[in-house]
Amino acid sequence: MRIATTVNGVRYERDVEPRTLLVDFLREDLDLVGTHIGCEHGVCGTCTVLMNGETIRSCITFAVQADGQEITTVESLANGAMHPLQEAFWEKQGLQCGYCTPGMLLRASEILAENPDPTREEVKAGLASNLCRCTGYAFIVDAVLDAAERMRTEARA
Amino acid sequence: MTTTEHPPTRVHKERTWVGQSIRRLEDPKFLLGKGGYIDDMRVRGMLHAALVRSPHAHARITSIDTSAAKALPGVFAVVTGAEAAEITNPMPDFGPAADKHVWRCLAVDKVRYVGEGVVAVLAESRYVAEDAADLVRVEYDLLEAVVDPEKAARDGAPLVHDALGSNVAYERTFQFGDVDGDFAAADVVVKDRLRWRRSGGQPLETVGAIASFDRGTGMMTINTNTLSFTSYLFMLAGTLQIPDNKLDVIPHPAGGSFGSKLFATKVSAIAGMLSKVSGRPVKYVEDRIDNLANCDHHGSDRVYDVELALTRAGIMTSLRIKTVDDYGAYIQFGVGHHGNALAQVTGPYRIKSVEYGVTAVLTNKCQQGAYRGFGSEVNNWMLERMVDMAAKELDLDPVEIRRRNFIGKDEFPYFIPTGNVYDSGDYEAVLDKALELADLDHWRAEQAKARAEGRYIGIGLVTCQERSVFSATEFWFWFDEPAAPVTSMPESVTLRVGALGDITATLYSCAFWGNSPETMVAQLVAEEFGCEPHAVSVVYAGTRNGLPATGPGGSRTTVMLAGAVEGAAERIKDKAIKVAEHLLEASPDDLEWADGGVQVKGSPEQRKSLGDIAIQTHLFKHSLPEEIESGLEASKVYDHPYTTMPSADRKNLGVFYPFVGHACHIPIVEVDAQTGEVRFLKYIAVHDCGTLVNPRSLAGHITGGTVQGIGTALHEEYVYGAEDGNLLTQSYMDYLIPTAMEAPEFVIGHCETPSPWTPHGIKGGGEGGRMMAPAAIAAAIDDALAPLGVRATELPATPARIVGWIEAAGGA
Repeated sequence: MRIATTVNGVRYERDVEPRTLLVDFLREDLDLVGTHIGCEHGVCGTCTVLMNGETIRSCITFAVQADGQEITTVESLANGAMHPLQEAFWEKQGLQCGYCTPGMLLRASEILAENPDPTREEVKAGLASNLCRCTGYAFIVDAVLDAAERMRTEARA
Repeated sequence: MTTTEHPPTRVHKERTWVGQSIRRLEDPKFLLGKGGYIDDMRVRGMLHAALVRSPHAHARITSIDTSAAKALPGVFAVVTGAEAAEITNPMPDFGPAADKHVWRCLAVDKVRYVGEGVVAVLAESRYVAEDAADLVRVEYDLLEAVVDPEKAARDGAPLVHDALGSNVAYERTFQFGDVDGDFAAADVVVKDRLRWRRSGGQPLETVGAIASFDRGTGMMTINTNTLSFTSYLFMLAGTLQIPDNKLDVIPHPAGGSFGSKLFATKVSAIAGMLSKVSGRPVKYVEDRIDNLANCDHHGSDRVYDVELALTRAGIMTSLRIKTVDDYGAYIQFGVGHHGNALAQVTGPYRIKSVEYGVTAVLTNKCQQGAYRGFGSEVNNWMLERMVDMAAKELDLDPVEIRRRNFIGKDEFPYFIPTGNVYDSGDYEAVLDKALELADLDHWRAEQAKARAEGRYIGIGLVTCQERSVFSATEFWFWFDEPAAPVTSMPESVTLRVGALGDITATLYSCAFWGNSPETMVAQLVAEEFGCEPHAVSVVYAGTRNGLPATGPGGSRTTVMLAGAVEGAAERIKDKAIKVAEHLLEASPDDLEWADGGVQVKGSPEQRKSLGDIAIQTHLFKHSLPEEIESGLEASKVYDHPYTTMPSADRKNLGVFYPFVGHACHIPIVEVDAQTGEVRFLKYIAVHDCGTLVNPRSLAGHITGGTVQGIGTALHEEYVYGAEDGNLLTQSYMDYLIPTAMEAPEFVIGHCETPSPWTPHGIKGGGEGGRMMAPAAIAAAIDDALAPLGVRATELPATPARIVGWIEAAGGA
């Protein structure tokens, strides 16, 4: 099937099998390997990307479902300089192995888009969609709260 | 043993970079989505593999029909286990009797657990490979499954390996000290039966490899996210029937391991075998079911019968431990897991004697391997469960009984009954700090208030060891006549100072797996040379031409790399001083290394920086004395710094895990007596891993390891059907990993009791919170449900189990 989709602001037209998963389309057809594969069941959130600004699990989404949609992956976050979320994750060590990190960053961006000033509990509840096996989450929560502050400061400036 | 046999006691210097929580060098590439994981790599001409897995726990393979699979367009090869066995040797197995429980990359004749690979399919894409796998027809003759480890050990049980003639792969009882005498003299003996069920590392990235066999040169190159291959390359080479000088294993960052990617050979063996068959590069990345059901590394699975002897005053004198460990269908590391346990079997306590009986049983389950703690975390849980039982029996406070039995801070180095030594420690200080952070008066008041309302708040407290830096003996002291009594597990570093003074550190067999090898090495290099850590470049070498290296595991990386960095730096500084002698026209006695350069003692204005010296050695060799060679590079092979051999009668196992950290964990939980849910109100963890290199990095291991420990204690289990041996937890819908909502709010504290024998006094700490959390949580559940008379003797303490305990005790 022919699909037309916009990924990180670039429009692509490609032929895909109807069964091709979005995560495989991103990784294999577009070489956007920052989106990782974790549980393959839609549980762990590792493969999280944004579709029209909302998180989806690309391991249980078909590429054809992205037809006519806008997809955002981790590769688009840094625009020259790191995104405040990436800066905060680095500063607070909100990662260890880095494998869940792209999904975490995109989920965090959604949490902060919905609520620029969340409480610690709200961040934890929000991140419960995504598994991290390394950090025990504490530093990820710290990083998201730190990023929220950075982004609020930027928005005021 | 006398103290003169210890390594020399070091004088630790003031530190600049070691001890700083700097930002990690590793992080930017991961944050940008450019981690370079194995599945991100593509090689021209690469094919993709998928496996046909066994749906049965125990069955004879009667026929395999691959014709339909082979006929599918895009399929390059379909290889059965029998065909694979013609071109590969068995997988590495530390024995005993490796020939009697032969482990192969794909099953031959018989399948021994659900998920075991039976046929490998190679195709132009993973999609086509999986389509073809579905077309393979395998007929089985079903056999009775061996599931329960204690029943498996009995005579007449169906045999997992016919050649062994029994399901008991290893059985022996060791005595250290006068156990019978100490028990006879005891006032009190507490006994219990405890059950630790299997969980595993479950990294979010599975194991993967790309193998490229070059038929022209005979060279096999394997890119993979497993590690620890440099010194033990010959084993994988043997499996693949490749000379080890024609095998190069190139490490990629691992998306988590927790032990489960330590020396994971099956995936590389399958990819390598298929590359030999096809002459094409082959990618094989486990899918999640492969990793849950057919990985190399499930964790420990033990039944314990334990007795602890005490005096009326609560002084622990002796331990009798009998454990049956369910190893699954194969054994790869022997019973090394119990070596880990014996390294710290008596915990932080002055227990005089120990009996340790271990029965390693084979069943129809995936095999055991490594999981964060390597079996010593299980021992911690068992011991702390018994200490709490004794405290209750003697009506002693859990804090008080521990204080009465602690090895005192002035008693180190301290030999425990097994012969291992604890280098240093201050257990009282760790306990005091944890109590200070915990504010138990507040929580006891909250507990009383809650109980009045019919709610159950509990406070757990444990004091546990974290042994670090294993030596090789623990893999063979089990046997009177070991086949391979290896003596050292080395680690190496090469440091190269470029012409402009920039430093590159090359690591061998020490891939990134979520730890911080680059950051840590950079901090150590910066400490030596006074440079900025982020200016250090770190290279992960492949195995080809690699220096001796064992890789991470058993919390060894930091200490071993610190020794290697120190040794290589010393060699560079020696050469730098020789060059400076010439440049400054000074005698060596008048020169000193200071502030990242060489200067004349007392005249810091007469100095040459490392950059000044480096450019001379690289570009102006002929201006230097004859004996100084070009370049400024040095390597150090750092051998295990303190290993002694076991005694012939094995009443003393020698020193094999000498750098021993300590921690106190205090979780505060609320248990819902109706649903069995355990919720964390607070979690206090104080660790002492000697001198810290990067406190925040260690804190990450404490929090991360603790949440893994929460998984082990409450949620995670590979559940096998009691009758048919089917694996019931084949996805993350059923194998439950803690989310942010299950993770507690932490209060982390550090104490630093330096090791007298390691660079800067560092001890390993990478296994972190998983060493203590299961024990601490069990104690907290007991405390919460004390009014109901519940004792948590089994884990994971799932809601169903907790409700069952409450009902068995008469209900809430």
